[in-house]
Amino acid sequence: MTIEAKNQIIDVGDGAAIPRKSDRGLFTAWRIAFFGAIGTLIYLVQTQPDPYLNILKFVPDGILVTFQVTLGAILLAIVIGLITGLGRISKNRFFNGAASLYVEIIRGIPLLVQIFYIYYALGRFVQVPAILSAIIAMAVCYGAYMGEVVRAGIQSIAKGQTEAALSLGMNSRQTMFHVILPQSVKVILPPVGNEFIALLKDSSLVSIIAVADLLRRGREFASESFTYFETYTVIALIYLIITLFFSKIIGVMEERVSVNK
Amino acid sequence: MVEATEIVKAYGSFRALDRVSFDIYDGEKVVIIGPSGSGKSTMLRSINRLEEIDRGRIIVDGMDLNDPKTDIIKVREEVGMVFQSFNLFPHKTVLENLTLAQIVVRKRSRQEAEERAMELLEKVGLVGKAKAYPGKLSGGQQQRVAIARSLAMDPKLMLFDEPTSALDPEMIGEVLDVMKDLARDGMTMAVVTHEMGFAREVADRVIFMDAGRIVEEGTPEHFFTAPSHERAKLFLSQIL
Repeated sequence: MTIEAKNQIIDVGDGAAIPRKSDRGLFTAWRIAFFGAIGTLIYLVQTQPDPYLNILKFVPDGILVTFQVTLGAILLAIVIGLITGLGRISKNRFFNGAASLYVEIIRGIPLLVQIFYIYYALGRFVQVPAILSAIIAMAVCYGAYMGEVVRAGIQSIAKGQTEAALSLGMNSRQTMFHVILPQSVKVILPPVGNEFIALLKDSSLVSIIAVADLLRRGREFASESFTYFETYTVIALIYLIITLFFSKIIGVMEERVSVNK
Repeated sequence: MVEATEIVKAYGSFRALDRVSFDIYDGEKVVIIGPSGSGKSTMLRSINRLEEIDRGRIIVDGMDLNDPKTDIIKVREEVGMVFQSFNLFPHKTVLENLTLAQIVVRKRSRQEAEERAMELLEKVGLVGKAKAYPGKLSGGQQQRVAIARSLAMDPKLMLFDEPTSALDPEMIGEVLDVMKDLARDGMTMAVVTHEMGFAREVADRVIFMDAGRIVEEGTPEHFFTAPSHERAKLFLSQIL
């Protein structure tokens, strides 16, 4: 009997729910929400092109920026998370202490405050485009959460794996990269997917520092045309469609990984 | 091969090993038995420092484990270990399990490592499983692969930590057969086991442990027919 890390439950806070296998059937919650959102959007545009079609034409630039921020931040956050996670389990006191301190500090400050802080703090020393400081702020914040995901993933691998690798003469670095990390990927992937979706939604916070993301574009349109209700309805529907789409993709990926063992 | 003097391992106030001394000579097969919690596994695991001792001295193949200049990696390269729970790498095929350490630690070429691996798979009768993942193998097959994986490093000493305890009864034989072959080939072996038949047949010397100490030590004939210590007599009467 091998002791394997299957179905590890890692608590990473409030990410979007990944559809479960049992949610099959024609009228799953996911389908109702996803196709309902698309249907509503189409219906609104067809029946009242003014203002809905105008809104829809105005915001695509913002969707692109939202994706840029999300993608840039998640990639950077994964790198930071990997380093932090390794630090959190490191026997090196300095490395471990630094990683733990980082996680504690970041988790104790609201993301919005961090975004302001990095934008204005960086701005004092170097001229950084708003979108770049937005990406850095999101990555620094999510890197701390990602670090905990990585740590939990590594610790979920049975101790016997490390012992076997060490007994074969591998050093701790070889053990980590050849034996432990490749196995933790399977455990880490689902919570990383959740973090991605959470980050996508939280990226709307960057609209506050003049990054022209989806929400910001909506606000611009609304304040010019005074169509607040209509505009924010469209913005909410677009966010919903995007997050539901990605949660589906992540669900499928997760299933693939658990099948390919 | 191994020279351990007065080793002590304590967990809080509990002494897992209480001033234990023992030697393992080149080519010798030593079987370590005793009730659970008697310190057998701890003793075995101290030889390749998976368990760090608190006091005493262990010399393996001329290398002093306490000496800060000793590279523990060099010791572990020469000491193979087989675990109760096999601990094969589940994300790698059988062949990759056997070649990984050869390539990464021994710096052999992939081709050389694969040739050595196939030789050993032949020896444990699992050539056909080279491309399979460990999860698809029976427990007995997995343990034979684990033995082959250790042997691929060409160790001078093999440690077996209850290698058949996690196996279904019908699979114990195939693993013991591989170990007997290995003994016949002259490998130096230290085996923690509850398989008394194996101990009787293969051991040059039996060590009986209880409560962190070596209580009795001798040839299998002596140990199984005329143990001198009460604790050993009691243990044998329960297990045979």
